[in-house]
Amino acid sequence: MGFFIETLIGGLMAGMLYSLVALGFVLIFKSSGVFNFAQGAMVLFAALAMARFSEWANAALGGNSLFLANLIAFVGAGLMMLLVAWAVERFVLRKLVNQEGATLLMVTLGITYVLEGIGQTIFGSEIYNIDVGMPKDPVMMFESLFEGGILINKEDFIAALIAAVLVGLLTLFFQKTPVGRALRAVADDHQAALSIGIPLNRIWVIVWLVAGVVALVAGIIWGSKLGVQFSLATVALRALPVVILGGLTSVPGAIVGGLIIGVGEKLSEVYIGPMVGGGIEIWFAYVLALVFLLFRPQGLFGEKIINRV
Amino acid sequence: MFYRENGQFKTTYAADQQIFTIAQDKWFVLGVIAFAFLAVPMLADEYMFRAILIPFLILALAALGVNLLVGYCGQITLGAGAFMAVGAYAAYNFLIRIDGMPLIGALLLGGLTSAGMGILFGIPSLRVRGLYLAVATLAAQFFCDWAFLRIKWFTNDSSSGSVSVSNLEAFGWIIDSPVEKYLFCLSFIVIFALLAKNLTRATIGRQWMAIRDMDVAAEVIGIRPMYSKLSAFAVSSFFVGVAGALWGFVHLGSWEPAAFSVDRSFQLLFMVIIGGLGSIFGSFIGAAFIVILPIFLNQFLPALGSLVGVTISTAAVSHAELIIFGSLIVFFLIVEPHGLARLWAIAKEKLRLWPFPH
Repeated sequence: MGFFIETLIGGLMAGMLYSLVALGFVLIFKSSGVFNFAQGAMVLFAALAMARFSEWANAALGGNSLFLANLIAFVGAGLMMLLVAWAVERFVLRKLVNQEGATLLMVTLGITYVLEGIGQTIFGSEIYNIDVGMPKDPVMMFESLFEGGILINKEDFIAALIAAVLVGLLTLFFQKTPVGRALRAVADDHQAALSIGIPLNRIWVIVWLVAGVVALVAGIIWGSKLGVQFSLATVALRALPVVILGGLTSVPGAIVGGLIIGVGEKLSEVYIGPMVGGGIEIWFAYVLALVFLLFRPQGLFGEKIINRV
Repeated sequence: MFYRENGQFKTTYAADQQIFTIAQDKWFVLGVIAFAFLAVPMLADEYMFRAILIPFLILALAALGVNLLVGYCGQITLGAGAFMAVGAYAAYNFLIRIDGMPLIGALLLGGLTSAGMGILFGIPSLRVRGLYLAVATLAAQFFCDWAFLRIKWFTNDSSSGSVSVSNLEAFGWIIDSPVEKYLFCLSFIVIFALLAKNLTRATIGRQWMAIRDMDVAAEVIGIRPMYSKLSAFAVSSFFVGVAGALWGFVHLGSWEPAAFSVDRSFQLLFMVIIGGLGSIFGSFIGAAFIVILPIFLNQFLPALGSLVGVTISTAAVSHAELIIFGSLIVFFLIVEPHGLARLWAIAKEKLRLWPFPH
């Protein structure tokens, strides 16, 4: 029983990390109808920027204050993401208004290549570390309840907490601020939003910036777990089933989907994996999402698709 | 001036329903095929065959298959690499497990197996549309990646996980030199392109296009969506599967599952979208573009660097390649979202009217 709950909690925490990446997809799809494959590359780019800036800032400060160096690096990486958001809007999206979904999808794949290339040209292509001072040691909990207690990774726990806070902030931002309202208006209808004077171009920059900041947070957390390297870009592929499971247009969907996928992956790996030779977590998430889609084609929380002739 | 249909009168229905109704088109295509069969083997050197021509032909065949599904039936797929893998591994197993299995038979059976897998993974398309479907097809990709890596039976229990095929022979013709491999692939692709062209002109192709344009309306006029969508998946996967088998047998010789990774799927979708959705010709231009561009950049960038007196490291070259490749894709999609085939069509239209603008 203790082992089962341990696996379950591990799954929930991994799920929160998936949700974090999935959030980036949802934000951009919601407000511009672009399925942004470049989210993974943005995570890589942001993490690379963060790792190197913090390294440089640390060297410039003489290694005195890790916190200050990280703060500077965070702001610097945030500015880089602003630059990316601006460039994407200015040079790509603005020219592709009203194109089909498939074309936009391909464009973001093109952006993926560009971001990967530029990121590695500027920041180098070795493996870097991000040290934001997260505790790495696992702790035992509920020792009185179960025999041997439950082993929980502190780092995962903090990461899950950060993800939860970020989701809360984003929800507030979307529901309560004028910019958030404008974003929702754009999501509903581009033309109507334009006609009441919402500047579409600026809104897109903001959305990509928000997605960039989400990517930055995801990059920091994943990067401090796995090290910042090229394979970080493939995190996006792991998060895709989360998005379609939860629904492309739903922020809560990204969270719930992430948790389901995280738990499903871990449980399947532990309980089904040994029967078929292991390594099934990569496709299990997709099959899980696929089965869900057969019953709800728009995902768990997605908007209902209505067909009119 | 030369591209006019003036004076070409069609007096029978058969003449009116030809593939190329304009004589110049017909002669141009026949000329290109004759050139490819007769002149290219004499002109090209071994490097050209190995690095450019054979990959181009095989990937064009795969792109053709993807185009039937994405361009004609409107079902976006990101799992084409998986069907290439299924084709390759199935053909491999048919070849080694059945005594006296001819090469062509193995290739076609590989394609048929892939078609079966296509139907299986096409079932979600009956419920799921658009981008959701695109992501759902990734399930096929990751499942196949895993299956060919972990299930030893598929790779004939080879210890390294890679399989190899030697002694290609068809109808007593031993295919070992690059020229022969090229001609073998070329024959395949000519036949399959003709098949694809005719399929898209026939009932089945028209049904696919109706489903693509508006599936509810198509259903109302009596087209069975299940039959059309699944047949599109089957035919497309058949093409892609044969291409995969050729890729493994003829181009690579020995291969691992990584040869058919998700990058291959993206690459095929790129070819189709850059070349032109819903265009047979577009599949070829798209394949040529995607195959040749990286090779060109790889050769051109160091040369450019040495010209201005800078030596560029290999890492920098590979990063620059990524940047330029990505930017060019974005550029082409912005300039012509309907693909390069559309540019070609516009040029032909202009030629027909020349010197008048309308």
